Amino acid sequence: MADLRRTGLFDLHLELGGKMVPFAGWEMPVQYPMGVMGEHQHTRAHAGLFDVSHMGQVILRPPKGGTVADAARALEALVPVDVIGLGEGRQRYAMFTNEDGGILDDLMVANRGDHLFLVVNAARVGHDVAMMRGRLGEGVTVELISDRALLALQGPEAQAALERIVPEVAEMRFMDVAVLPVSGGDVWVSRSGYTGEDGFEISVPEDEAEGFARALLAMEEVAPIGLGARDSLRLEAGLCLYGSDIDETTSPVEAGLTWAIRKARRKGGARAGGFPGATRILGELEDGPARKRVGLAPEGRAPMRAGTEIFDGDEKVGEVTSGAFGPTLGAPMSMGYVAAGSAATGTRLTGEVRGKRLPVEVVDLPFVPANFKR
Amino acid sequence: MKFTEEHEWLRVQGDVVVVGITEHASEQLGDVVFVELPDEGTVVSKDDEIVVIESVKAASDILAPLDGEIVEVNEALTDNPGLVNEDAMGEAWFFKMKAEDLSQMDEYMDEAKYKDMIG
Repeated sequence: MADLRRTGLFDLHLELGGKMVPFAGWEMPVQYPMGVMGEHQHTRAHAGLFDVSHMGQVILRPPKGGTVADAARALEALVPVDVIGLGEGRQRYAMFTNEDGGILDDLMVANRGDHLFLVVNAARVGHDVAMMRGRLGEGVTVELISDRALLALQGPEAQAALERIVPEVAEMRFMDVAVLPVSGGDVWVSRSGYTGEDGFEISVPEDEAEGFARALLAMEEVAPIGLGARDSLRLEAGLCLYGSDIDETTSPVEAGLTWAIRKARRKGGARAGGFPGATRILGELEDGPARKRVGLAPEGRAPMRAGTEIFDGDEKVGEVTSGAFGPTLGAPMSMGYVAAGSAATGTRLTGEVRGKRLPVEVVDLPFVPANFKR
Repeated sequence: MKFTEEHEWLRVQGDVVVVGITEHASEQLGDVVFVELPDEGTVVSKDDEIVVIESVKAASDILAPLDGEIVEVNEALTDNPGLVNEDAMGEAWFFKMKAEDLSQMDEYMDEAKYKDMIG
């Protein structure tokens, strides 16, 4: 697979029997011998270790003599999120928006005292870094981290496993971030993830990453998990995949991400608007969007995958953006956009699968309740 | 037993041909989560798409290997699609068909040739 990048754990993936596939310009494990279903179940029951080193780790530093609030203020011009109000040692979900109110990428932002730490999607690293360098304004430096791996340890036994190496993580709550010393350097830990489970994302110096991963994998609770299970886990958790469920044509309000837009940035808030696409986004917050992202539960066992057209009676009202079988749910599950008039929970619609219109019901997300340590 | 390039196996049993997919195919598919079978009594032509298999990865079709009539389908797969991963060559047969012309089977591979093909 020419021209694909490899993470620092590539050899370890091969040793573990990982089946490597191209993903966002990287050669990544889609599954290990346990298989997607087994890896999914293992993560929900114990702890799964994911290599997410392909994601972009970015540090935003304020201008010389400035504070983290200066970097936060600059970032607020690109996201509809309250970054200034984000406390030290805390992390928040955000999205870059465009002038049309669409989503350019979704990301995590952490306040680490004197700077911000961002994690962005692999496929959007180049775009995001170039955009921030061009638009954050004078003095804010955008540093793309290239010498650290990023691991995610997810599942109800994630803390029990990780605290054997980094005891301080036991004190962290959901969405806390911390820089913690280990032998060989610091690890940057956040108590978060993208599976709906309790867990951590851990940024490790590249030289230490393989040893760190091996130490975790040696524990009984921990198994390596590939992209296949990562996708079914996040879909059960009702979480969006950038490029599938959200993109430049979907607004955060249509996507149901309004919880990420706090009072301060809404109409009447202390820093209302002031981000790209504010007119559309604030308008949709007031009046409601024309279409909404919803959970869709097919009645039979046939999965309705991305691209499946959704009908209300004879009228096409939307399309599936992600669909798969939910191993924990024990049933097929989809999400997608439908016209607002067809989006109420319990609405019975049909989805066209191989020429047949099959019944599907609008349901609340997530499909599987989250299990965070609040 | 005969094998197709589409990774189906065919076994003559009395006056019907039993059809399933190979273990190799089931491994490639990954965990199977849904199987849609044809109706019993359906008359099919060779290469008609008659079974849909959905795995955790994707949907794929199984083609009718012969001209003939579907006389029985394996309902156990509807309730337990995972059977395909557990016992592809045995319990997880898909359908039995009455072939119009059994000589159509001659073009398919024997086990040794199939093994060569999958390497």
